[in-house]
Amino acid sequence: MIATVIGIAFLLGGLFFFTAGTVGLLRFPDALTRMHATTKCDTLGAGMVLVGLMFFEGGSMYLVLKVVLLIVFLWVTAPAAAHYMARAVYRTQGRDKHAGGD
Amino acid sequence: MELTALLVTCLGLMLLTFASLYRAIVGPTPADRVVAINVIGTKTVVVLMLIGYIFQEVPYYLDVAMVYALISFLLTIGVARYIERGTIV
Repeated sequence: MIATVIGIAFLLGGLFFFTAGTVGLLRFPDALTRMHATTKCDTLGAGMVLVGLMFFEGGSMYLVLKVVLLIVFLWVTAPAAAHYMARAVYRTQGRDKHAGGD
Repeated sequence: MELTALLVTCLGLMLLTFASLYRAIVGPTPADRVVAINVIGTKTVVVLMLIGYIFQEVPYYLDVAMVYALISFLLTIGVARYIERGTIV
């Protein structure tokens, strides 16, 4: 019973962070700031929803280990992909924007 | 109670996916579209896991979710290289 309540709390917290990231994606003015919002959504939102799923029934210990592997994979790849994408944006567009001011 | 929480989270993520699709279609630069598609990929992975727990068939959906996460990462890396250098290889 208490495990179910903890799992539901994690699910709703993850849904909150996904909502915040999507609002940031829709409202922020620039590609880099949008990337800043969606990276929070990737790591914290997906991490909290998948941790909450581990409290529910329907899986053995082996499946819980595979869910942990999926969380670790998302935590490694999402910042790496965002960093690579931000470097591409900075080297193509940011150079022209910062060339005159600085 | 568990099923209601799973369904509410799943439907909320689907609505957020359609909201992100606006940025993927309208987005001014290709970088905005790639960021939106990256976020849609992460939401799809989470929705696949939730569907697996709703239908009580976790092993199959877990494998599909892991492969989808891998393909989404490769898509972002490929498009970022194309934006930066003009070629992928």
